[in-house]
Amino acid sequence: MSKKRSIDEINEKIRSGKAVVLTAEQVSAMGKEMTSAELFDKVDVVTTATFGPMCSSGAFINFGHTSPPMRMERITLNNVPAYGGIAAVDAYLGATETAMPHDQYGGAHVIEELIAGKDVILQATAKGTDCYTRTEVKTFINRNTINEFIMFNPRNAYQNYNVAVNSTSKIKYTYMGILLPSFGNANFSTSGELSPLLNDPELRTIGIGTRILFGGAVGYVAWHGTQFNTGKPVNEHGVPVGNSATLALIGDAKQMSNRFIKAAYFEKYGVSMFVGVGIPIPVLDDDLAKRVSVCNRQIETNIIDYGSGNFELLGRIDYESLFSGKISFNGKKIRTAPLSSVKVAREIADILKKEISEGRFYLTEPVALFPRTTGLNSLEIRI
Amino acid sequence: MTSKRFVLTFHPDATGQPITYNLIKKFDIMVNIIKADVSPGEIGHLVMEMTAPAKVLKEGMEYIRQQKVECEPIDKKITCRQDLCIHCGACSAVCFAGALTMKRDSAELLFEPEKCVVCELCLKACPLKLFSIDLG
Repeated sequence: MSKKRSIDEINEKIRSGKAVVLTAEQVSAMGKEMTSAELFDKVDVVTTATFGPMCSSGAFINFGHTSPPMRMERITLNNVPAYGGIAAVDAYLGATETAMPHDQYGGAHVIEELIAGKDVILQATAKGTDCYTRTEVKTFINRNTINEFIMFNPRNAYQNYNVAVNSTSKIKYTYMGILLPSFGNANFSTSGELSPLLNDPELRTIGIGTRILFGGAVGYVAWHGTQFNTGKPVNEHGVPVGNSATLALIGDAKQMSNRFIKAAYFEKYGVSMFVGVGIPIPVLDDDLAKRVSVCNRQIETNIIDYGSGNFELLGRIDYESLFSGKISFNGKKIRTAPLSSVKVAREIADILKKEISEGRFYLTEPVALFPRTTGLNSLEIRI
Repeated sequence: MTSKRFVLTFHPDATGQPITYNLIKKFDIMVNIIKADVSPGEIGHLVMEMTAPAKVLKEGMEYIRQQKVECEPIDKKITCRQDLCIHCGACSAVCFAGALTMKRDSAELLFEPEKCVVCELCLKACPLKLFSIDLG
């Protein structure tokens, strides 16, 4: 019978300083020479991480009340509109929202500045009510003057993602970066064998309530992410091919660091935000030991034509080839480039490893596991 | 004698004339090809150093342009605020000259300015806008 260990047992080892914690890259290297049973005996926790552009991000902010108070309706922060349809001094600032006409500056930049402790200009208007009489406000706010600053990202940490190429004769500006004409390059975005959801592909240990490192601070998995899809085909190594599961994440942005939250602008596409996420995977049994030892050669994804407009599937490729800098496609050598920083992801995985090893970060049992889904609805035009 | 680097951009309908051969044969220009990426039916680039008296270099440039090939001298310089770089790699995607590459082991960006042909695509590609152009 194969051996097992529980999260409680792992936490007891962390408490006594005896837990063996390694990064997913370290375990991938060990997995080339060890069986999963041997790995299980040697490792208790594997740290995974990613630091890539994650557009579906943003933050809830409570500004505090003025005197007399106000029920804010139209709200901007440094001229970037924030959603004010939630009473009264709450707002949601989306990372991709932009300050027109300066569309290279957006919500992600405001979030980055607030995290850095800088002053930001809040402007708001309202119709005024008997109980909230003020109709306009203009003032500076910063991290210390606001009450809550809660980062809540509905779709982060994609489990695998497409490789983007461009078959047309024109340069294309996309959220996958600049795509040169005639298959001039192939862009991908992943930390590969270090990526959280590729190390627990069936989401056995990551669920609602899982404690994580989020933007450099402690955060939590709030829910499954939007566009969550566990119905994607799985390859012979048990890894979904193409974009599949996602996570909705929540955390206190006041505790976050600008090292792990970075505003970004993709030419002629718009604003996005690099988000740093680190997730510990407890090695509970042989199956998980095998999963965390997955290596880039075993992880595959789809090559998609982002130039033609209909996202045609052109092929399949593994991450070892993509990270090598060149792939062969239709008899042509194509240069490859990442969009997600493996260097910073490694830094996050190392920090998480240190936090756990030194007894400052304990693992959590998910409050509930995620559903299995069979696919996504598309939007039908019915009018 | 003057030595200068140039970027030649060939459009798909560009001439079939043997340009470098003619630069050497007809103008007596010393040509050193640094990088070539030209395929039939596609936009191609040729980076080369030309050495000749200044007047002859000018005549050579005029000849290239008569063939409907763009010819731009490289006298600008790209600079990068590497201390702020997050090593995402987006700039390396567009750098056909190979001046911006990702180091395989450390996953860090490697910027080799001597290979740069100042195409300026990195200015657009960097999501943190860390590149700028130094007009010399």
